[in-house]
Amino acid sequence: MERLDPRARSDMYGRRINRAPSPLRARSVPYLSIMAGSLLPVLLIADLMPLSPPFGFLLLLGWRMVRPGLLPLWAGAPLGAFDDLVSGQPFGSAILLWSLALIAIELIETRFPWRGFWQDWFTAGVIGLVYWLCALIVSGARLTPEMLFAALPQGVLTVLLYPIVARLVASLDRFRLSRARVIS
Amino acid sequence: MAPPSSRRSGFSKKAQYSLFTGYLLAGAGALLGLGLLALSLWQPAAFAPVRGVASDAVAPVGSATAAARAGSQGVFEAIAGYFNAGRQNAELRREVEIARIRLAEAEGVKAENARLRGLLGLNEGTTRPIAVARLVGTTATSGRRHAYVNAGASDGVAPGMPVLSERGVIGRVLETGRSSARVLLLTDSESVLPVRRAADNVIAFAEGRGDGLLRIRLVNLGVNPLKVGDVMVTSGAGGYYRPGVAVAVIAKLTPDGGIGQLVAEPGATNYVAIEPIAQAAAVAALEAPERGESGSAATPRPQPAPSASPSPEALETLD
Repeated sequence: MERLDPRARSDMYGRRINRAPSPLRARSVPYLSIMAGSLLPVLLIADLMPLSPPFGFLLLLGWRMVRPGLLPLWAGAPLGAFDDLVSGQPFGSAILLWSLALIAIELIETRFPWRGFWQDWFTAGVIGLVYWLCALIVSGARLTPEMLFAALPQGVLTVLLYPIVARLVASLDRFRLSRARVIS
Repeated sequence: MAPPSSRRSGFSKKAQYSLFTGYLLAGAGALLGLGLLALSLWQPAAFAPVRGVASDAVAPVGSATAAARAGSQGVFEAIAGYFNAGRQNAELRREVEIARIRLAEAEGVKAENARLRGLLGLNEGTTRPIAVARLVGTTATSGRRHAYVNAGASDGVAPGMPVLSERGVIGRVLETGRSSARVLLLTDSESVLPVRRAADNVIAFAEGRGDGLLRIRLVNLGVNPLKVGDVMVTSGAGGYYRPGVAVAVIAKLTPDGGIGQLVAEPGATNYVAIEPIAQAAAVAALEAPERGESGSAATPRPQPAPSASPSPEALETLD
């Protein structure tokens, strides 16, 4: 069989015989990727204006939309606490906003159980924009019109990046479930 | 895609309870966040130790990316240099001629300065930086403009110390971790800095606008004496900064002052010097009564000189 087609006994997650996904990887990848997303913007030097979209929040939305039911409903609080430590926002803002976002998505999902990509993008876009505005309001800085104008590209990027983030999450999900453990 | 059927509770009491518990925990998390947010807006320094630990952990990674950033800047400049080497060479030769003349003039001025200073009996102590550090990162997603440097309390850095680059003022230390510190950049909309015009003594405040420019607000209103191209330097009022460090260049005039562009842009800076507070005793004296009154350690900001804005209590005692 393998001589005819080397991929005959494997699928997108790898070889099927004698292999199983690693439980550690299956559980940790979503959390680790969201935390890495929170850390990434810190390494950019944005001295003049809020520049980069909130990658941590976008990855949270991505995991929630692409893999409903994987993150528990309360996951926004611990992940938000980590984001607050490095993002420069006052501590508690992401705990509040990420929790509210997950509850909102849960309610939307019970209302519209059948969803597609475009509706996911619409939901993520609206939630992303509301998050962007709320984060600016609670940032502790005076909200000047100039600052709002300067932060506009950040809001636009937040909406436009969702499809890319969804693809990224999908590939991370394949990595998460790939059969890495050998059963002897 | 519909949610997997395992997530519908149906008639199973256990599933219903776990769904309800999930909502309960998420709501509790949101409430906890609201409480913490209110606390940290009320007392911004409350979570400084926890953030210090986090920034200590991030700083080494940031140092690596900062080194890579500096390296890549050099590469691009080197490539660009090949393209306009000839023109640049001629320009530089002309500039060197002029610089040589100016240098001679400066020597004369320096000698005269020393003579006059000797007459007045002034001796100028040079301030030595407490630490020289790299800018390792910023809060790029947030509306606040903070930066991280890879020197902290173990290097002697303390909150309030001015952070300068070789061109001018970058900002002020806000919180310190063990090996990293958080810097409030001038462009943050909570940052206020007393400045004066370099040429004379027109005093003003430089406030961050949140979009990368500074709003220069004159203290004495009247005819606006500022002109486009004027250089504003620190006035030394408030005691945090030593006087005479470049802050901004006026780019546009407004009725009450002007809009200033930064002289030292953090994005173009690799190394910064953290200097001691210029007049530490005066700063301590200014902050002591304030702390006694409110008890809140709000974000430290440069206090205007007592003469510039008399406090309401001082006015009351005058009556």
